[in-house]
Amino acid sequence: MQDAVTISVAEAAGESRGAERWRLIWRNVFPFVVVGGLWEIVAWAGIFPQRLFPPLEQVAASFYQLTVSGILPHHAIETIFRLLSGFALAAVFGTIIGVLMGRSRRAEDILLPLVSIGAPIPGLAYAPLFLLWFGLGNFSSILLVGFVSAFPIIFNSWTGVKAVKEIWVRSAQSMGADDKRLFRYVILPGALPYILTGLRLGLAQAWRILVAVEMLAAVPWGLGWLIFGARKFLNTDAMLAGIVVIAIIGILLEKYVFQKIENYTVVRWGMTAK
Amino acid sequence: MQPIAIRDVSLNYDTPGGKVQGVTNVSIDIDASEFVCIVGPSGCGKSTLLNIIAGFLTPATGQISIGGKPVTGHGMDRGVVFQDFAQLFPWRTALGNVSFGLEMKGVANPERDRIAREQLRLVKLEKFTNSFPHHLSGGMQQRVAIARALAYNPSVLLMDEPFAALDAMTRDDMQRLLADVWKETRKTVIYVTHNVAEAVYLADRVVVMSAHPGTVKTVMKIDLPRPRDPLSVEFLDCQKQLMAHLGHNTNGVAH
Ligand SMILES: Nc1ncnc2c1ncn2[C@@H]1O[C@H](COP(=O)(O)OP(=O)(O)OP(=O)(O)O)[C@@H](O)[C@H]1O
Ligand SMILES: [Mg+2]
Repeated sequence: MQDAVTISVAEAAGESRGAERWRLIWRNVFPFVVVGGLWEIVAWAGIFPQRLFPPLEQVAASFYQLTVSGILPHHAIETIFRLLSGFALAAVFGTIIGVLMGRSRRAEDILLPLVSIGAPIPGLAYAPLFLLWFGLGNFSSILLVGFVSAFPIIFNSWTGVKAVKEIWVRSAQSMGADDKRLFRYVILPGALPYILTGLRLGLAQAWRILVAVEMLAAVPWGLGWLIFGARKFLNTDAMLAGIVVIAIIGILLEKYVFQKIENYTVVRWGMTAK
Repeated sequence: MQPIAIRDVSLNYDTPGGKVQGVTNVSIDIDASEFVCIVGPSGCGKSTLLNIIAGFLTPATGQISIGGKPVTGHGMDRGVVFQDFAQLFPWRTALGNVSFGLEMKGVANPERDRIAREQLRLVKLEKFTNSFPHHLSGGMQQRVAIARALAYNPSVLLMDEPFAALDAMTRDDMQRLLADVWKETRKTVIYVTHNVAEAVYLADRVVVMSAHPGTVKTVMKIDLPRPRDPLSVEFLDCQKQLMAHLGHNTNGVAH
């Protein structure tokens, strides 16, 4: 009797967990269903010429064709390469500069005014300068992506180091941590929630600037180039395919890189702001 | 172990609202291996004094020496347990936190792990070795902090109301544990508390502080044999005296 009750409770829990999951999936999918539906209505209503506002099945078909022909993957790979190279530069140097500013009064005095002035300038405004200095092509686009996306990383690492609790520092010092070990075992993990936020913002910034720069830097391949280039030939479906790929890469990076790192660190440590 | 001499120590805080008195002209001499409790009303400067002894604050006047050597900053000769729950490193498990001091000291692993586990067992947290601090209750975190301060074996222990957040039963256990540890290791202990019974149970001497300005009012010697019985007449008598020093109305305290 007792057993039967327990089992039925467990079953009910399992069932409701399954239902819960479906509800969650539905909740995530629902907005896309709505937007997709509206899109189809507009596309078929003939408000715009179909070339400019193709229905989704046409976008899907062109997405498929561009993918199997290897064109879309080629564009995507070039873009990802630039994105990650630029972002890696920003991540390394941005974190170092930000942490330095947080740790050293002198560095803060020198760098903070520079960073504060540089940060609010739209990234694209630097583009002509970089192109003149470093020429057209990969090198200057990667450099620009790195430069522009470094700002949020610098700011957040700096704030993070400043936000490290004094009591952690004192505990570590009283247990004999010298400056080097204090930095490695206390300051870095203590600032990590902010550093991760900075990296996220930096990556978003990197996307924004990269897509525009690929057009300006006259690189032969890249999603930005694809999107802007497709405009000339009214290839709206190719444009949309390019946008979809950007969204997919973005989601994959978020889910399989950032969330993984976060779950392994700040979430596990209970250091997320909730 | 190490005697501590505190001479004419004063410290004021500079705040946007003006100067706030921390402590004023505090002098206390503490023998090696002595257990001293500091009691006093909230805001009288107990934590401030402890932080000065720990070397985190530099007094405006006066000096402190430990074992004859003047204090110029923090050092591994002093283990500190703060009043604040948030003192544990959130990114380290209970075991990782307790191991920290040993790691800094260069104690290698099988040994380090053994000592840390032993300390966690002493504070009854052996089941939570691998838990991160945010999964522990406030009292459990405080116990980890105590284990952490004991693990690397400093000769002086500075404790700031470490048991204030514990339930009465756990607190009794922890007090007994601390008395045992002290008896065994003969560390010099400075222990801040609000709790009169706790002070009488633990201390060789109780320093009574008064607020405005934060200074030493009296020092009371507790001459009860150990282990002490909190229900004995002598114990209650001591408690009553201490309360009188603190300026409490003592009517109806000794039942
Ligand atoms: N960081 C600080 N900045 C400015 N004033 C402070 C600071 N810390 C403490 N004070 C002031 O110094 C005085 C003594 O504070 P302290 O924390 O030492 O008191 P306490 O005896 O430990 O009190 P409690 O029993 O509540 O912990 C108080 O008036 C307090 O307002
Ligand atoms: Mg205090």
